[in-house]
Formats: sequence, C-alpha cells, structure tokens
Amino acid sequence: MELSGAEIVVQCLKDEGVEHVFGYPGGAVLHIYDAIFQQEDVKHILVRHEQAATHAADGYARSTGKPGVALVTSGPGATNAVTGIATAYMDSIPMVVLTGQVPTPFIGSDAFQEVDTIGITRPCVKHNFLIKDVRDIAETMKKAFYVATSGRPGPVVVDIPKDITDPNVKVTYDYPKKISMRSYNPVTKGHLGQIKKAVDLMLSAKKPVFYTGGGVVIGDASKQLTDLVKELNYPITNTLMGLGSYPGSDKQFIGMLGMHGTYEANMAMHETDVLIAIGARFDDRVTGHVAHFCPNATIIHVDIDPSSISKNVRVDVPIVGPVKMVLRDMLRVVKEHKNKPNPDDLKVWWEQIEKWRSMDCLHYDSKSPKIKPQFAVETLHKVTKGDAFVTSDVGQHQMFAAQFYTFDKTRRWINSGGLGTMGFGLPAAMGVQMAHPNAEVACITGEASIQMCIQELATCKQHNLPIKIILLNNGYMGMVRQWQEFFYDGRYSNSYVDALPDFVKLAESYGHVGMKVEKPEDLEGAMKEAFAMKDRLVFMDVVIDPEENVYPMIQAGKGHHEMYLPSKSELV
Amino acid sequence: MRHIISILMENESGALSRVAGLFSALGYNIESLTVAPTEDPSLSRMTLVTRGDEAIIEQITKQLNKLIEIVKLLDLTEGPHIEREMMLIKLKAERTMREEIKRLVDIFRGKIIDVTETSYIVELTGHTKKLDAFINAVESDQVVEVVRTGPSGIARGAKGLTL
Ligand SMILES: Cc1cc2nc3c(=O)[nH]c(=O)nc-3n(C[C@H](O)[C@H](O)[C@H](O)COP(=O)(O)OP(=O)(O)OC[C@H]3O[C@@H](n4cnc5c(N)ncnc54)[C@H](O)[C@@H]3O)c2cc1C
Ligand SMILES: Cc1ncc(C[n+]2csc(CCOP(=O)(O)OP(=O)(O)O)c2C)c(N)n1
Ligand SMILES: [Mg+2]
Repeated sequence: MELSGAEIVVQCLKDEGVEHVFGYPGGAVLHIYDAIFQQEDVKHILVRHEQAATHAADGYARSTGKPGVALVTSGPGATNAVTGIATAYMDSIPMVVLTGQVPTPFIGSDAFQEVDTIGITRPCVKHNFLIKDVRDIAETMKKAFYVATSGRPGPVVVDIPKDITDPNVKVTYDYPKKISMRSYNPVTKGHLGQIKKAVDLMLSAKKPVFYTGGGVVIGDASKQLTDLVKELNYPITNTLMGLGSYPGSDKQFIGMLGMHGTYEANMAMHETDVLIAIGARFDDRVTGHVAHFCPNATIIHVDIDPSSISKNVRVDVPIVGPVKMVLRDMLRVVKEHKNKPNPDDLKVWWEQIEKWRSMDCLHYDSKSPKIKPQFAVETLHKVTKGDAFVTSDVGQHQMFAAQFYTFDKTRRWINSGGLGTMGFGLPAAMGVQMAHPNAEVACITGEASIQMCIQELATCKQHNLPIKIILLNNGYMGMVRQWQEFFYDGRYSNSYVDALPDFVKLAESYGHVGMKVEKPEDLEGAMKEAFAMKDRLVFMDVVIDPEENVYPMIQAGKGHHEMYLPSKSELV
Repeated sequence: MRHIISILMENESGALSRVAGLFSALGYNIESLTVAPTEDPSLSRMTLVTRGDEAIIEQITKQLNKLIEIVKLLDLTEGPHIEREMMLIKLKAERTMREEIKRLVDIFRGKIIDVTETSYIVELTGHTKKLDAFINAVESDQVVEVVRTGPSGIARGAKGLTL
C-alpha cells in the first residue's frame, strides 16, 4: 500500500486498534488532520486546550487499560500538553502523544512555533522519538505503543516534523505485526525462588499486612490479589492509587494508608512484622518519615520496575515481575505449602485491628445543618449504587472521595496521585465517558480545581458527554487552607477563592444543566434527578461546610503512629 | 565511593542526552564520561565515572538500565578491571627546563608530540592516578593547559560486555 506520511500516521492508529484520539489542530499537524478528515475509523475528539487532550487520553487509559492517544501541534500545542504528560508519567499510565514539529530543514532555527519537544518532555516520558524519515513512521509508531503499554507503562511522545507527513510523498506502508527491541525487554515472570522465600515469610508472620498500590490496577491483577488475600485472611490496605483493586467493602480491607489514611491502616503498618508490598512505590505520602516507617517489619516487595525496589525504603525480599504472574505463582505456592498461617496469632492480630477500627477515625458530624463533604460523597455512592466511574481533581475533595466512595471494582477511581494535577478531573472524565458511553461517570471537584479546565464544558457539549460534575464548593482551596490552619496559625494567604462565577449559569451558558444544592436534605433528591438525566451533563454546585478538614492526617515528616484525628484534633 | 560504569547503548542521537539528563534529574554528579561507537557502528560504548554510596549507585544503575536505549551495563568497580585515561598536557619549556621535562616524560612513559621554542605538548596514557601524579610532578606554573579524556574501562578476563 502506498501512503503519505500523514495517512500512515492515521493508518498506524487504526492498525493499533485505536478508536479515539483527543486533540487540537495547528500548522504542524494540518496534514495529519486532513488525513483524519478522510476516514471514519479513528474518531477525533476536539478538546478546548491541549492539557485536556492529554488528561482525556489518560482517563481513557486508566479506565480501560488501553493506551490513550493525544494529538497536538508543535510549539504551544506541545508545551500545553506537558502537564498532562507529566501527570501520566508519575502514575505510570500508558499513553501515546503525537506532537507536530516544524519541518526538518527548519529544526533548530527558531522557526515559527518551534520548541525542542524532545528535550522538554524527556524527563517526564517513558521514552520519546523524533521521526526524521517518512519510511520510519510505521516502525516508530509500533515501538511507541509497545514501550507505552509494556513493562511499567508510561507516556511516549512521538514528535513528527511537518515535511514527514507531506501528502505528496507516498511510500510503501506495512505495519509491523510484532516488534522486538534489543535494548528493551521487560520482565514477564517473577523469580520462583524469591516467591517461595516470600511465601515462607508470609506464612510465618504474626502480624502480616498487604500494602498494595496502583501496580495492581495497572497490571490488571485485581482478581489474583483478591484470591490471595482471601486465601490468607490477612488485612489489606491500599494506596490512593490502588483503591478498588481490592473490594473496599470487604471486611479484610482496612482502608487507605498514608497521610490521609485510616487509623487502623497506619497503625497496622506501624506494628506489622511482615509487610507484603505489591505494585506500590513507597511514596513519601505513604511512608511519612522513613525512619519511623514499619519499624518492626520484614518487607517483601513485588514490582515490575527494579528501580522502584529499595528506592526509598530498604526491602528484604525483592521480587521483580508483573503482579499478575507473581500473585498467581504466590497463590499456588501458598496452597501447596506445608504450613498455614497460625490461626491464633491471626486472631490476636485481627482483634487488635478491630480495636483500632472502632476508633471510627473517619467520623464526621452527620447532623450538621451544613452539607459535609463526606456526606456528599456518601450520597453519591448511594445514588450511583457504588458503581460509577469517579474522577477527581486535587484537594480535600479528592481525599474525601477516596475515603468515602467505597470502590469495589478496579479502574473505577481515576485521579492524579503522583503529580497532583488540579484540572485533571473534568477532562479525565471525558476520556472515561468516551470509553464507556453507557456508564455513570462522576467528576468530584473543587471550585478552584474545576476552573483550571472549565473550558472543556464545551467539549462535553459537542460530543454529548453526560458527565455529572459534583462540585464540593467550600469557597477555599481547602487543602491549602487546611495546611495554613494547622501550620501557619490560620493565616489564609491567597487560599480564599474569590470572585467565583455563578456555576449554574455558567453550565447553562455552555448548554448544560446546572443545579445548586445548599441543604443536606435536598442532596439525595437532587443527585437522583441529575443521574436520571442520562443524556445530559449536569453541573451540581454543592455548597459545603467551608471549614471542614480532612482527617486523619499525618503531618509531613512524621511517623504512622502520629496522626491527627477528627474533632479532637490531637496527636495520637 | 568512586564507581566506573560501563555502558553499551544504541548509537542514537538522543541517547547521550538521556544519560546526562538522568544524572541532573537525580541530582547526582558525573565525574567523567567518554563515549564512542564500537566495532558495530549501531552501538556506542560509554564509560562513566560517578561517586556515591551503595544505595545511590544502585539507583543510578537501575535508572540507567531503565533507559530504553541502553542495551547493557556493568559496574566495573565490582570486579577486576583495567582503566586507562589519556591526557594531552601543554607545558612551558624554556631552555633550562627542557631536559628535566624530557626525563620526567620518559619516567612516565609519555611522548612529546609538539615542540616550540618555549613549549612542549606531552601525551600520556595510564591510570587516572598516574596522570594525576604526572601533573603533580611538574611545577604548577609550567602547566599551560590540560586536556584529559576521562577513563575508559574494561573488565579483565575472557568475557566481554557485548550483545
Ligand atoms: C493531595 C494528595 C494527597 C495524597 N495523600 C495520599 C495518602 O494519604 N495516601 C496515599 O496512599 N497516597 C496519597 N497520595 C498519592 C501519592 O502522592 C502517590 O501518588 C501514591 O501514594 C502512589 O501510589 P502507589 O504507591 O500505589 O504507586 P503508583 O504511582 O500507582 O505506582 C505503581 C507501582 O507499581 C509498579 N507497577 C506498575 N505496573 C506493574 C505491574 N504490572 N506489575 C508490578 N508492578 C507494577 C510501578 O513500577 C510502581 O512502582 C496523595 C496525593 C495527593 C495529590
Ligand atoms: C496545578 C496545581 N496548582 C496548585 C496545586 C496546589 N494545590 C493542591 S490542592 C489545592 C487547592 C484545591 O482547591 P479546590 O479545588 O477548591 O479543592 P478543595 O481542597 O477545596 O476541595 C492547591 C492549590 C496543585 N495541586 N495543582
Ligand atoms: Mg475548594
């Protein structure tokens, strides 16, 4: 088949099975846009800002496991996309971002809309490619998808100079079926000897804890994890990124851990003698001060990326491999093992955990005349029967969503954990809704965050995306205000979100439905009404208690046993 | 501790900047770095000298290994190895000093490769410490210019760092 470079780019996407591309046109990608225009298999979703293109591709990827694809022009198109690329990179999300570039003879000449996209994105991509010859497009695209989706996934940028896509230069097109790269061979299996060693340790533990993270979601190992944890009857805690990969309503689940984790999860971490870390990367929000982290534990760590192992915390039994295979092998070894967990030890351990659990660390004032954010999230859970895809922005509302929307399924909780990107929620929800047209998709956001990508309300209108935006409006950058309350004697420097728009009118002006809710007793009815509008985007401005704080809280640099708890607000 | 890391990588334009970028991103230092294509022109061989405790070196080697263009990597300091560095040093060589410099160059088995009325250029190859010693042996006000390649290294024995 003889095709032009632009046609090849689009044909590669088809052959890769890509159905949706999120993008924004411009000079350097006009040939590609023309090729998109002349076919129907690959659908293009026009966003209103390139940051949203990358977040939408990211949301698409997180909710499906398939790589998200974004297409932007050179210069400002590429720089606008960087935030979304970095967001995906920090959370290991498979994504391919196609960026236009000035024609090859102009590279390096400060040409119109030229930036060094390869240089700018290098530190926040898994890999990037600059294509210099039309005959290299197909193989490079294949490599890009392979690298983005295999091993520890991540975003890959493909920079395409305009002359490479010239419609008048046609070459033979042949999409490689398979690709192998001598310099890149991700592991496909864990070391059995190490797995046996880990299982010996696990079975001799008196106070074991599973600490599992985003790797279980990314590696599609939710079932394998659940099987193993059930088999052993051990407690399990999830990172922010791991929520849903083990059913949140199960009694063995002791909640999220870390800075805003539950009392029982953090105390269990502090006391455990064998920590089983799976697909989690010992982030500082999780470990607190590493000197106080799991002081009594022998640590097992399963991760596909060797550089995650012993990076922040020294690990005793490292296992490099994909979670799915390793967990499957672990379960087999556990079942064949001559030892079983000691039921008496386990009973004592569970009694201890139940004692911690009875502290009810997520307690809030449910009788308050103001709408409490926790209550709003619980109501959302009730109205959606716990089965919605929930995206969020960054701030207190994100933590309340994580704590109070009990996720029972994997890939339902979509948020920016590593980079903490405000503005992520709405565009990510667009990607989720594109991938799951009939599912209920809610975006929990704050009045500060939503304004960072509010322009996407137009994209939602154009593409009929019936997202439900749940704005927990406290009038503050709540998370910032909370830190200022605790650590700056209440000097609320620039954290009051002044001059807010009338969100109802704003939503209406974009052609959507707007609702404002101010009383707790109105909330459930309003949400039901909103979700009953199956084909409309509804923007719910929920006015919440402006001064509510997120508890528990471990101050940065403190240990797991030093937590602020609700109401009493004192260090335990 | 000083470590010499030997790297086999794709001979592509972006590869070197990825290695350099990694060090600046991690906040670690590159003490020296040499790189050139191998007998297979699609591959480059790099020798990189860096310093750090065990945990830092472990992170550095893991992160380097993660770069897509790096094919293989070996921390030479883990086993017996040979390292050699080349130096070109320009010295002031007035009439009275010329003989003494020549003697010194002979002792160090160097070569004088450029001569003017008032200067020599000396070429010297050897272990980094030997080059340091030579510089220490000449009067510091005689040194006009020093150009060093940084060490290249290779592991002893029959096995090679190859594909
Ligand atoms: C305001 C705010 C507050 C936060 N508070 C908290 C908090 O209280 N608690 C908390 O937990 N987090 C919190 N976070 C998130 C935190 O910053 C980190 O993003 C998060 O803890 C990292 O989660 P993770 O360890 O699961 O790693 P991820 O970033 O999800 O990384 C996944 C790990 O799994 C590995 N992996 C990927 N695929 C596979 C595979 N197939 N097989 C094996 N391994 C694989 C990767 O190599 C990586 O090491 C907060 C973030 C924000 C913005
Ligand atoms: C792009 C970006 N800028 C700044 C921050 C720092 N930050 C974290 S949370 C937050 C406030 C968020 O306010 P809002 O969206 O109203 O959420 P709330 O905490 O009130 O629920 C800010 C400014 C960030 N995470 N991302
Ligand atoms: Mg707010």
